[in-house]
Amino acid sequence: MKAIARLALVVCLCAAVSAASAPTPQPVNQGEELARVDGATGRYGGHLIVGQRSEPKTLNPVTATDAVSREVFERLHADLIEINRSTQKTEPALAKSWKMSPDGRTFTLKLRKGIRFSDGQPFDADDVVFTFTVYLDEAVSSPQRDLLLIDGKPLTISKVDQYTVRFTLPRPYAAAERLFDSFAILPRHILEKPYRDGKFVQAWALNTSPNEIAGLGPFRVKQYWPGQRILLERNPYYWKADKNNHRLPYLDELVFLFVGSEDAQVMRFEAGETDLINRLSSENYSLLSKEQSRTGAQLADLGPSLEYNFLVFNQNDLAGKKLDGIARKQVWFQDLKFRQAVSAAVDRDSIVKLVYGSRGTALWGNVGPGNKLWANQSIPHPQRSVETARQLLKAAGFTWNASGQLFDRAGQPVEFSIATSSSNAQRMKMATLLQDDLSHLGMQVHVVPLDFRAMIDCVFQSFDYEAAIMGLGGGDADPNPEMNVWLSSGSTHLWHMNEAQSATAWEREIDQLMNEQMVTLDYQKRKKLYDRVQQIISEQMPFIFLATPNILAGAKGDVGNFQPALLDHYTLWNADQIYLRNTESAGAR
Amino acid sequence: MQNRLRIRLLVGALVTVHAAVIFAGFFAPYDAKEQNRNLPYAPPTRLHFTGATGFHLRPFVYAAVYDPNGYREDRAREYPVHFFVRGASYSVLGIFTSGVHLISVGDPARIMLAGADAFGRDEFSRLLFGGQLSLAAGLLATLLTLAAAALVGTISGFYGGWIDESLMGISELFLSLPWLYFLLGVRAFLPLHISPLGTFLLLIGIIGLIGWARPARLVRGVVLSARARNYVAAARGFGGSDFYLLRRHILPETFGALLTQAALLVPLYVAAEATLSFFGLGVSEPVPSWGNMLAALQHYSVLVSYGWLLAPAAALVVTSVIYGMLADALHPRQS
Repeated sequence: MKAIARLALVVCLCAAVSAASAPTPQPVNQGEELARVDGATGRYGGHLIVGQRSEPKTLNPVTATDAVSREVFERLHADLIEINRSTQKTEPALAKSWKMSPDGRTFTLKLRKGIRFSDGQPFDADDVVFTFTVYLDEAVSSPQRDLLLIDGKPLTISKVDQYTVRFTLPRPYAAAERLFDSFAILPRHILEKPYRDGKFVQAWALNTSPNEIAGLGPFRVKQYWPGQRILLERNPYYWKADKNNHRLPYLDELVFLFVGSEDAQVMRFEAGETDLINRLSSENYSLLSKEQSRTGAQLADLGPSLEYNFLVFNQNDLAGKKLDGIARKQVWFQDLKFRQAVSAAVDRDSIVKLVYGSRGTALWGNVGPGNKLWANQSIPHPQRSVETARQLLKAAGFTWNASGQLFDRAGQPVEFSIATSSSNAQRMKMATLLQDDLSHLGMQVHVVPLDFRAMIDCVFQSFDYEAAIMGLGGGDADPNPEMNVWLSSGSTHLWHMNEAQSATAWEREIDQLMNEQMVTLDYQKRKKLYDRVQQIISEQMPFIFLATPNILAGAKGDVGNFQPALLDHYTLWNADQIYLRNTESAGAR
Repeated sequence: MQNRLRIRLLVGALVTVHAAVIFAGFFAPYDAKEQNRNLPYAPPTRLHFTGATGFHLRPFVYAAVYDPNGYREDRAREYPVHFFVRGASYSVLGIFTSGVHLISVGDPARIMLAGADAFGRDEFSRLLFGGQLSLAAGLLATLLTLAAAALVGTISGFYGGWIDESLMGISELFLSLPWLYFLLGVRAFLPLHISPLGTFLLLIGIIGLIGWARPARLVRGVVLSARARNYVAAARGFGGSDFYLLRRHILPETFGALLTQAALLVPLYVAAEATLSFFGLGVSEPVPSWGNMLAALQHYSVLVSYGWLLAPAAALVVTSVIYGMLADALHPRQS
């Protein structure tokens, strides 16, 4: 008991010491080209605690593949051009301005002068060139490398002068400036040596000493406790300032606590142990809103997200796969009328109500109402109609027996299973609702909960499934990240993977339209092309779109500049501007 | 004498529980799978006796209406509870079908004595129908376990020697396996979809076969001690065959132990079914079982907001306690 008390005392002391020793922001130097942020002003001090699902796997932004690592290292680094998560538009970041050549193939970026990395070393064009050399190096095998290839050819980068770089694209690329948002600029003075030695992939692991990690983000690593938390402190050289010319960030420290599942995160937040909660399910949101008067928490419902949940039928080529049972059912899955009938029978309003507690929106296409720039408003939203569904099935040659069971032309009963990830409660519920909806058509549907990895394996590798409920999207509002879903050759072309060539005329048309929008620079023209893509998708129904949840987030009452956005990272994207209204109490925590 | 009375009372209670579950279709106002999408997580319906027109002997309910602050009763109209009403058809043990329900109220009101789940399905009806599966799994798995245990234990205890050693070695292996992890692994190799009946039989098989080791060791002990009794030696001396000795003298000795074991194992196995279904290894939606009903409570918000969904846990506890008390009462009588 005594030992515990002593330990608690030590922990308190540590917290007090660490709070006291946070670096003070450096005074603004002459000639330092800081970015001014015009939002609300805040006050310095305090530390913000955020719960995380798990521990990050690495702090290396080039090789990281998991979202949790991204959550942390995105606070440590900065990009050349940023997408403002709130306006969904691009903003100058490390590049203070950029110019595209009239043919759309060269990008010239002017960098900020006089700014420094979090270890005080200056930043210039050499760092940018080094960074993109690393990202493009096949030996490093960065997951983002593909984004820098256009038609399989890499873009090239050259240094014009100390503060100017030029990117040359193999061909015009629409919204190319949005690309830069996901490439963290690396310090050449630290990482060049490991890179030359071929040890880049091992660099910046979690146990790397904080002095060896530097970035241009608002925070820098201070300490890491394996399995518990990672502590970031203010980067005193950060290149953004508020309108009073006070250097950001306001927070002394940012702590990521490795908490576990969303439920565990909610409990920690309820108990006051964490300050922010990133994405909430509607149930947890209403739970927190019931207690809002007691806790004084700020809760935000940002409306429909960019994610789309859908039912997909297995239309893969199963030749030589020993999956005859599924191959036989593919006759139905490949029949457009069958898919249309399923879509007509789905009660999307109930999904929104029961799965998302009315904090969601029904979907009929891949681009939901949350994406204001790109959604095709003319896509019809037909009401649920079992009658229409029955007529479609009848027209496709299906029949019913006396007890209402549905049979196909060959006299086989229509029976299939819907696989879904057992860890996703929302999609499990959708499956149960669909099962009931489709039973009204005489279809016998089984719900198969699968472990997430088993599910991914079924859908991407073995094709041993009949139908599945999945979700995609949510990264960026632009159509380009969707290329891998809709191109026949795309890596997420779920309904028919690894197509050698487009199996259908409409897939061919989508390929053509998607490739064309990628090289079209004019927004209006691109929108027209993408509208057509959305129209084809909603007519041909490779996916049966169901619904999208609202983005729900929460913060403690004393968190200032809490401005959650629809894009990832929903709550911490403006961590440099977040502050605590009551820093004394924050310091005492 | 008093103990006999206790046993009678407990058996009576057990019969009541099982009868309620067997005739679930009659006692349950609704079908277990029937969704009412306007009433997700509706709280238990309250029975009223006094309304606008004073006191009624016949209870009545109000329709539940959802508004942003939760559910409220629509006091505009009273819906009296009717008895022996025709409704959704059901079958009892697959022997006969009927459509008569004990209680019902007129549409659009619903009588949901234990509230509704996430799909607006009547929790009380699901509890009764779910009990069919859970209790049947418990009873059948117990039978399977005890049959296996009696066989292995008797052979082992009666013949001794290397047979005994190898059989008991296997039982030790079974006792030391981490079963839950093993089962989670096994599930990955099974086909994606198994019919509810297939799952049910699989569950019974799994639960029954896992549990045989411990009672088998118990039976072996009883057989060992019985074998050494003087009257057994005498019977053997008179030329009684092995089979005769087992049937006449040794197996009857084990009945007491088996009966007590049965009373202990049934609730254990009902809980085992619940555990497996909770982890998604049991019967899947929409067929109810106490385990998959409880699985909804894995989510913190559900657990703290909708207490009535704990009903299957209450049923599980009550059943276990009755069985446990019965085991307790049976034990001194036999020894």
